[in-house]
Parts: sequence; C-alpha cells; structure tokens
Amino acid sequence: MNGLFEYIKTVFKGVGTLLTGMKITGSYFFRPWKHVTQQYPENRETLKMFDRFRGEVIMPHNENNEHLCTGCGICELNCPNGSIEIISMSVLTEDGKKKRAIDKHIYHLGMCTFCNLCVKACPTGAIIMGQEFEHAVWDRTKLTKVLNLPGSKIAQGVKE
Amino acid sequence: MGFNIYDFTGMTHNMHVSFMEHMSPLMTTIVEWTIIGVCYLLFIALFGLFLVYAERKVCAMFQQRMGPMRVGYWGLLQTIADFIKLLMKELITPKGVDKFLYNLAPFIIMIATFMAMAVLPFAKGLQTLDFDIGVFYVTAVSSIGVIGILIAGWSSNNKYSLIGAMRSGAQILSYELSVSLSLVTMIILAGSMQLSVIVEGQRDAWFIFKGHVPALIAFVIFLIAGTAETNRGPFDLAEAESELTAGFHTEYSGIKFAFFFLAEYINMFIVAAMAVTVFLGGWMPLHFGSLESFNHVMDFIPPLVWFFLKVGGVIFLIMWFKWTFPRLRVDQILTLEWKYLLPINLVNILLMSLVVLTKFHL
Ligand code: SF4
Ligand code: SF4
Repeated sequence: MNGLFEYIKTVFKGVGTLLTGMKITGSYFFRPWKHVTQQYPENRETLKMFDRFRGEVIMPHNENNEHLCTGCGICELNCPNGSIEIISMSVLTEDGKKKRAIDKHIYHLGMCTFCNLCVKACPTGAIIMGQEFEHAVWDRTKLTKVLNLPGSKIAQGVKE
Repeated sequence: MGFNIYDFTGMTHNMHVSFMEHMSPLMTTIVEWTIIGVCYLLFIALFGLFLVYAERKVCAMFQQRMGPMRVGYWGLLQTIADFIKLLMKELITPKGVDKFLYNLAPFIIMIATFMAMAVLPFAKGLQTLDFDIGVFYVTAVSSIGVIGILIAGWSSNNKYSLIGAMRSGAQILSYELSVSLSLVTMIILAGSMQLSVIVEGQRDAWFIFKGHVPALIAFVIFLIAGTAETNRGPFDLAEAESELTAGFHTEYSGIKFAFFFLAEYINMFIVAAMAVTVFLGGWMPLHFGSLESFNHVMDFIPPLVWFFLKVGGVIFLIMWFKWTFPRLRVDQILTLEWKYLLPINLVNILLMSLVVLTKFHL
C-alpha cells in the first residue's frame, strides 16, 4: 500500500515540476516586450551598447592631448596573439635625465580577440575598451591603428 | 452549387452530381480523386511550411528572441525561401547505401502521413473517407511511418542513422500502446470508432467535459504519447542533434530531407487534429448545456474556423512542451511509458468504463 502511495506521489510531483517549467517559459512567451533581440540596422540611431561591451582597444586622451601611457610595453607582453606593438623612444626631462616615452602604440584590430588582457595588465590604466563595433573596412591595412594621437604626450604626474 | 460554410455536405454532393452528368462514372472517380489529391498536396505543402514558420516564431518567443524577421513582413516568407533553397540542393546519395530502400524511405513516411490525413474531419461534410473504424485506422496507418524511419536509418549506411532509427522504433512501438489505449478510453465514452459519429456525439458537450476526470487523464496521456509518436522534443532522441547529428535523416539532402521535415510537422498536425476530434469536439462549436444565447453566438463561427483554432491551440501546447523540457534519455523514455503511462492508462480505462456504466457523465 505504501508503495502505491509513493507511486502516486511521484506522479503528482512529476507533473508539478513539469508545470513549473512550463510556467517559466510561458511567462517569457506572453511577455514579448521583454525580448532581448535587437533589430540592429533599424535601431542604429538609438542603439546603446552595454557598459562591459568590448568593441576595440582605445586610449583616451584629455583636452590637452595627453594620455596615461608610459610606453612600458606590458600590454604588448600580455597580448596572447601579438596584436599590440609598442615603439618607445627616449626623451629628456627638464632636469636633464633620459626617460622612456611612447612613440607609437600600434594596435592591430584585425587580430585582436577582445580578451581584455591588455587593459587588465596596463599599470597606469592608459587603455580601455571602447564601445564602437562597426569596424568593417574595404582595406585591412585600415585595421592597424596608432592609439596615441599625433603630438600627444604623457600627462603630468603619471608614476611608472 | 450552393456554398455553405457551415455544412459542406451539399456542396460536395452537388459537385458529384454535376460531374456525373457530364462524365462517365470512371472519369468522375478519376477527376474527384485528382481534385482531392491536389487539395491535400496543397494543404500539406502550405500548412507544413506555415507550421515550420510558426514553430520558429514560437520557439523564439519562448527563448526571448524574435525569430525570422527579414524575409517578408515579420519573416512570413522565410520558410518559403528555405523551401526553394532545399528544392535546388543537390540530391546526394552517399557511398554504400541501399539505393532502392534509401530512395523509398521518404515516400513511405509521406504516404503514411497522407493516409492518416484522409480520415480527418475538417468540417461537416469535409471529410474524404468516413470509415466506421476511423480511430483504429488512424492509429494503424500512423505507425507505418516508423517503417519509413527504420528503412531510412537502415539503408543510410551510417551508424548515427541506424542508432536514431532503432531508438525511434523502440519509442514508437512503446508509445503506440498509450496512444491507442487513451483513444480506447474515449471510444468507450463515444460508443463508436467512426470519426463523424464521434464528432456528432459532442454536439452538447465536448468529450473532455463530458467524461471529466478520466477524459482529462486520457487527454494528457494522449498528448504526451502523441508527442512521442511524432518524435518531437522532449522525445526527439531519434534525432538528437547533439548526439546523432540528425538521426535517421542525417544522410538525406534536398527534397528528400524536405519530405522528412514536412512529414514531421504534418504528423504533429495529425496528432493535434486527432486530439481535437476525439477530445475537444472536432469542428463542433463550444456549447454549454443551457446557455441558449451563448450557444447561438458560438454556432455563428464557422466549423472550419473552430477546427483550426482548436488544432492551433493543441499544436501550441505541443510546441510549448518541446521548448520547455529537456530531452529524455532512452531508459527514461521507456520508464515513463511502461511504468507510468501504461498502468495509469489501464486504470483509467477501468475508471471510464465505470463512469459510463453508472452514467456518471454530463
Ligand atoms: S584585447 Fe586581448 S587580443 Fe586584443 S590587444 Fe588586448 S590583449 Fe591583445
Ligand atoms: S598602454 Fe599601458 S601597458 Fe601598454 S605601454 Fe602604455 S602604459 Fe604600458
């Protein structure tokens, strides 16, 4: 008798759990305004990417055309596929000392896997992930970019 | 030729009479067969394509997506484009297949589907064949399809196809029992196996209301077993994309693949249509015992609309199952059938007999 009772209990429990599942998917079905799909080219004007989106590596500059990059090359070492090339130069500081500075921070967008390791590794936080994602070009040489702007220099007070 | 959307008997009769006037009886038969055949072909092609579209949309909605949106308004022409693509694909015959059986299999499945379609009553007078063993006939011919699946898997010379076909065989063989037994439960209530009589019997109350508890249990069992019969998820381990690539139709391409695909969807329609005919009143409008004005308003909606509304509802339910539940393992499938559905079904038949004997129904 006990066995029969257990049996009936399993049947009802099974049906109950199935209904729970159907309730969840049903709640998705009957609330279409919650859909996550974006109709991309149509909503191009209003589309806003979410904060953690990794579109490309960029180097922000302030209004005086200054960035935070010291040219240390740590990002180059950390990139798993060699998408970054650091060309550094030495400059003379006011007190006559030689100091390393960035000449060209070359970034190959076409090779980048957007793994975020370079951004994580940078000791001064000079590079971040941008939100731009429309990268299609006719010529792939255009995908090789120099991230520090021409004529830019390192901001005051950046510690190595 | 009177056209009446509430009763097609007059129309078909008038057509038959006018054909007889102008042609010999043999010609009449041939012409009528052709017309019916073309109607079914058109219906299967168009409705199958629509079902594929509906499935993709419904699936997308369940997963908070949008589904096809680009071809036509809200992607309405998507499946037609897909179908044209399939038609233009090369028919590849892999090495080492049993050519005759390999080419025969899609047709066997299609034929089984066609045969089952033949007895479905779409509306009053809109039924091709009205056997007095209609229910039995449907269960019989719908299991011919599994022969097609087995042949397809066997002849493909591919281990995945063979495993898929064997699984499908085991599954359909077991669930055939549940389908038939749940239909038997309703036959006890209806007192006939003729589909038109069954539908007629639900004029006052659909059988699912008339037979209350046992009918409801039978309905649930029929839905579960019917889903398994059509090899649809969560019982789709015959296809199991993730383990068997596509099971028995892995090696098929182009139009032959399209046959399997269409047949699967039309089989879903047949299961839904059988559920509607036997449990939900077929094309009968919704009637409540004494609410005269309500019944009158319901009568105003044409039977064809009623039929397709109900079928749509059941199909939606089946899709809901598919996109909610994970696929069962082989042993789980057999446990579900032999340890749960079958005993419950047998008890349920007993219960229904008692209900009918004591006239404890509406
Ligand atoms: S995101 Fe990754 S792949 Fe791209 S440049 Fe940085 S480290 Fe290299
Ligand atoms: S971006 Fe950062 S890690 Fe890379 S060279 Fe400049 S300071 Fe060093």
